[in-house]
Amino acid sequence: MSETTALNRLAHHFESLDKQQQAARLGMWLFLATEVLLFAALFAGYGVYRYLYSDTFVRASRDLHTWIGGVNTVVLITSSFTVAWGLDFAARGRGDRTRLLFGASIALALVFLALKYVEYSEHFHEGQLPGRYFTYEGLGPGPGGPIFYALYYLITGLHGIHVVIGMTVLAVIGFRAGQGAYTAEYHVPVELAGLYWHLVDLIWIFVFPLIYLA
Amino acid sequence: MNPSPASSDAPAVLPARTYLNAPDTGLMSWANTRDHKRVGVMFLVSTTIAFFLGGVFALLIRLELLTPGPTIMDAMTYNRLFTLHGVVMIFLFMIPAIPSGFGNFLLPLMIGAKDVAFPKLNLLSFYLYLAGAAVAIYGLIYGGTDTGWTFYTPYSTTTATKVVPVLLGAFIIGFSSILTGLNFIVTTHTMRAPGLGWNRLPLFVWAIYATSIIQILATPVLGMSLLLVAVENAFGWGIFDPARGGDPVLFQHFFWFYSHPAVYIMILPAMAVISEVVCAFSRKNIFGYKAVAYSSLGIAFVGFFTWGHHLFVSGQSVVDAGIFGVLSMFVGIFTAIKVFNWTATLYRGSIAFKTPFAYFVGFLFFLVFGGMTGVALATLSLDVHWHDTYFVVAHFHFIMVGATVMGFLAALHYWLPKISGRMYPEGWGLVAAVMVVLGFNFTFIPQFLLGNEGMPRRYFSYPEHFWALNVASTAGASVLGFGLLIVLVYTLASLRWGPVAGPNPWNSRGFEWATPSPPPPENFDATPVYTSGPHEYDEQAVPQPQLPEPEPRHV
Repeated sequence: MSETTALNRLAHHFESLDKQQQAARLGMWLFLATEVLLFAALFAGYGVYRYLYSDTFVRASRDLHTWIGGVNTVVLITSSFTVAWGLDFAARGRGDRTRLLFGASIALALVFLALKYVEYSEHFHEGQLPGRYFTYEGLGPGPGGPIFYALYYLITGLHGIHVVIGMTVLAVIGFRAGQGAYTAEYHVPVELAGLYWHLVDLIWIFVFPLIYLA
Repeated sequence: MNPSPASSDAPAVLPARTYLNAPDTGLMSWANTRDHKRVGVMFLVSTTIAFFLGGVFALLIRLELLTPGPTIMDAMTYNRLFTLHGVVMIFLFMIPAIPSGFGNFLLPLMIGAKDVAFPKLNLLSFYLYLAGAAVAIYGLIYGGTDTGWTFYTPYSTTTATKVVPVLLGAFIIGFSSILTGLNFIVTTHTMRAPGLGWNRLPLFVWAIYATSIIQILATPVLGMSLLLVAVENAFGWGIFDPARGGDPVLFQHFFWFYSHPAVYIMILPAMAVISEVVCAFSRKNIFGYKAVAYSSLGIAFVGFFTWGHHLFVSGQSVVDAGIFGVLSMFVGIFTAIKVFNWTATLYRGSIAFKTPFAYFVGFLFFLVFGGMTGVALATLSLDVHWHDTYFVVAHFHFIMVGATVMGFLAALHYWLPKISGRMYPEGWGLVAAVMVVLGFNFTFIPQFLLGNEGMPRRYFSYPEHFWALNVASTAGASVLGFGLLIVLVYTLASLRWGPVAGPNPWNSRGFEWATPSPPPPENFDATPVYTSGPHEYDEQAVPQPQLPEPEPRHV
């Protein structure tokens, strides 16, 4: 049964399923490289302004709730763990368990987004908004504050979008795993979904010290 | 696009079943295709349309500059027009034309694969290109953008013209470029037919591979920086706005981190074509295969560390400028390695001076002179004098446009029989090639002189004493435009009426000619097995003397 499923998975232009999965993995890694560079531009920009307005950036960073950032870091790392666990089950042909664990990851991602929402709404009330919308007075005069928040929203916002995309991917792949779409021989989509989620996690691991622990 | 039945007096007949008529000829079968050859052809058609549009804009610009004052338009229209010309030529023509067009068509054929690794992504890449082009052209026509294709801040964040759609268009096209590059890298790694090790890869594949690396590593940074300008222009977030504490020079760093490597996205594929053409038309094995192959990777690598030479007068420190200048000259070394190997390949070859070879000669001229002026511009003390003058315009048109267009036209003539199964008229081809090469020189050599005398680029009007050279440049541009028009007309005509070419009209030993022309949808009847290197013209080295070419044996 599982062998015929695996054969059906073979696209016409590949010589073997092995090659096909190798291609899929390489493609995903290259895609992740482009994602890293996308964020690298923002991180480089952050570094430049951190240098230009270091005092304001440090004070702005102290204003943030480090505990929210810290809890979110733990939440995301845990969600990556459940994804890895789910992949392990997929590799042993236990798609039902994969669905369960991917569901747990999605739930943790929701916790992350909820905490992010708490933070964002607080910033909105305080007037800690980007660029010309900035009205917060706690950082004193000077352009550092508005620039900090412009970068803050760009980086965390883009990361948040990635979290939402990752959740969607996990939902689709987890659902299909629960239907028995993957086997011990062919579960490369589960692996790729996991890779993507780990990247989302990894980017946050850079965002957290950069923004919260400046 | 469908091949008509072969005319009775033609010596060869078109294959009955090709990618053009199988599985279907309907519009939907093209719109839904997964076939890399059809995607490649669609890219070629769209990029050619973009080339035509960009060329018309260029001629309008040259017409305006025919006289010192206003000639046919006002200053604002002129600003919009040179932006339009730059954006269309760079993002819609030169970046995708050879990699996404010819690369798509040829890469799988050259490595004995049935398709690229991700056929659906490949089609998506084409639609992203179309979507990005539509958005960008909408912004350029309705509202117009007057920033130039470089979108320098702070002007681009304050201009009243519509910058945001153009930025978003370029952003979307960037994703098309990323997907194509990703697809080619994975294809080259995982889909090579048995016997085709890395040191047997055709040089076209090597250079396209190097291009793809640049595409996937540099394009995301451009995407991000264009997005930041769009956010800034639309919402005033202040990242690059000095009035809000932003740093406009940071934009220049981000922009050129992509856009300088992007120059190699344009020129490496042209070098890819040239490496194939020089072997086929001198009937010699390439001289220094590994040197040519690895120098592509060298250009791709060092190209990432040269962007600062665009910032020599932007307040960059002299130490940085010196380092960037020296690193920029490294590109000249890798390029020279290629040039010497190509010319060494010609030595004692049996040269057939056909149209592709004529473009090879033009390519060498533009590459060498464009390259040498590039080394001169990378010299800090000289660049301060030439910066933002017509000298720079002429330099980058020589190397980036001249050489790339020569590569594109060489590819068009060399592979037209492969793609369409029909030949172009050789006589007209040579006439047009001479016009294009001479026209190009007459357009841009006066611009070198103008720049050296200090005429700044992007200016609407100029003092009287620049008049004569501007007239010369415009005259050259019209010869160039006319030559390209001839190419367009006879290429379209030969798609229908050209004589049937047969599977390998050039008797080339390139791997892509081992299938019928045009190829069947699955490329090969059976997976080929390769027993010799590419461009193998050494008769003794051909493993099977009874075969006229090292055609892969079917297993």
